[in-house]
Amino acid sequence: MNPAPSIVFFTTASGAGYGLLFWLGLLRPLGLVPGQGLVALALALVLITAGLLSSTLHLGNPQRAWRAVSQWRSSWLSREGVAAILTYIPALLLGLALWVDAPTLALAAGLLAAAGAIATVYCTGMIYASLKPIRQWHHPLVVPGYLALSAFSGAVLLAMLAAFAGGGAVPALLATLTGAAALLLKRAYWQAIDAAPPIATIESATTLGFIGKVRQLDPPHTEQNYLLREMGFRIARKHAAKLRLIAQGAGFALPVLLALLAVLIGGTPAALALTLGAVLAIGGLLIERWLMFAEATHTVMLYYRG
Amino acid sequence: MTCLPEITPGQTKLGLVIDLDTCVGCQACATNCKEWNASGHSGPLPDTKPYSAGAEGVWFNRVHSYEAGEGERGRTVNFPRSCLHCETPDCVTVCPTGASYKRIEDGIVLVDHDLCIGCGLCAWACPYGAREMDEDEGVMKKCTLCIDRIYNTNIPEAQRQPACVLTCPTSARHFGDLGDPESKVSKLVAERGGQPLMPELGYKPVNSYLPPRNRSSVAAKPEEAAPTPMDIKNPLLRWMDKVLTR
Repeated sequence: MNPAPSIVFFTTASGAGYGLLFWLGLLRPLGLVPGQGLVALALALVLITAGLLSSTLHLGNPQRAWRAVSQWRSSWLSREGVAAILTYIPALLLGLALWVDAPTLALAAGLLAAAGAIATVYCTGMIYASLKPIRQWHHPLVVPGYLALSAFSGAVLLAMLAAFAGGGAVPALLATLTGAAALLLKRAYWQAIDAAPPIATIESATTLGFIGKVRQLDPPHTEQNYLLREMGFRIARKHAAKLRLIAQGAGFALPVLLALLAVLIGGTPAALALTLGAVLAIGGLLIERWLMFAEATHTVMLYYRG
Repeated sequence: MTCLPEITPGQTKLGLVIDLDTCVGCQACATNCKEWNASGHSGPLPDTKPYSAGAEGVWFNRVHSYEAGEGERGRTVNFPRSCLHCETPDCVTVCPTGASYKRIEDGIVLVDHDLCIGCGLCAWACPYGAREMDEDEGVMKKCTLCIDRIYNTNIPEAQRQPACVLTCPTSARHFGDLGDPESKVSKLVAERGGQPLMPELGYKPVNSYLPPRNRSSVAAKPEEAAPTPMDIKNPLLRWMDKVLTR
């Protein structure tokens, strides 16, 4: 599948934003995050909004994007839109509560914002997981992967901000745990999709299997078309193994170690370590998300490539 | 609404039956489809760089050619691919705006181009590659089963059929109600053992493909015509041939 930059950026940025919002909404009312938390909330909302705006760049008619919230009964994309918009309400209320220092409202709004964040990322994951023709996406580990990566990147960002505010071992520990969990989950996912057989064959796609093996004789057209560009993307799939290693090392393992180091040393060095960790984690996620598209195969290519 | 209509017994399911035995791969169906639909319900159908290298455009019908089997059983099969107007099409349910819909009265899957935001999710959800994006208008386009022909009372009744069916020179394409077991197309499917494409994905395509007929026996090699005595011009040799054949 074609890794459209707007979508790769959207799922990475919004995922990290919702992760940050989730942890902030949960931990700030419990007093586990130092400082007011408004900077973290602002960063979360900037990431979420930038991501959502970026996703509209991918549309053929962005001015009609508002129509996308209407079909929540059947469409995960529509549900994602609804969840994303609804989550702004408790998120902004949380901001108000932190601003005027209203603990009860902060707790209620924080929990609601956290729930909204989970719901939105869950819907994002389901958009992909519900697509049967793409076996790498129609997989039970896809939604847990989106949730874990969102929780991980959000925790790293919160740990970084907390360290700058002087403290916050809890977010750093959470970053370590969620990072390790995300790494294990992603490894399990990659093993699973590498081992899984294709869901359909050129024989079942053409009904001609009863004659024997089927191979393409002539293509239907000699030039490109939308299907080949969108579903036939395979550039750099040959680098997939290396990119997976880079994503695991730089994107997961190093940030986890840096977060652990930050818990142990504390102070300004911890803040710097976590800043580096956050940059690495986001970079690793961009690679992981790019691979998520580049490695995905669509059944329509059976007709073109067998 | 992008929720699918309830399917009731006896529901009309308009669709195509494509005969892989007689299709000669002439591309007439694809061409006539493009011709009609460039100005119909889905028009215009864009062509980018039509007169230079890299020409491409939106087509609702693509004719592939395959080789199936080996040796004497092996054969070339031409394979037209278009929207199958599935009974449970995910391209409809994934649509976030309600632009994609399945008509309750005849099962035709259509796109409302005024509602489509061009997100492309329906094309991802279709296993068969039936949908192609009109990148000029930023909306998704697809086969309409020539909805602007089949119900069109302004054209002679015999022509109220999809453009691809009308134009096929070998009558390899048939149009009708596959929900009615007594219809011509349903009988054809029953008689010839029509097959759905990729049934394992569970989309329940309405269109059906008739398998190439079995070649019961491969014809014997044509016997080389033996020379007659009159082919031998030399009289002496002709006499020898006569003596020796005795």
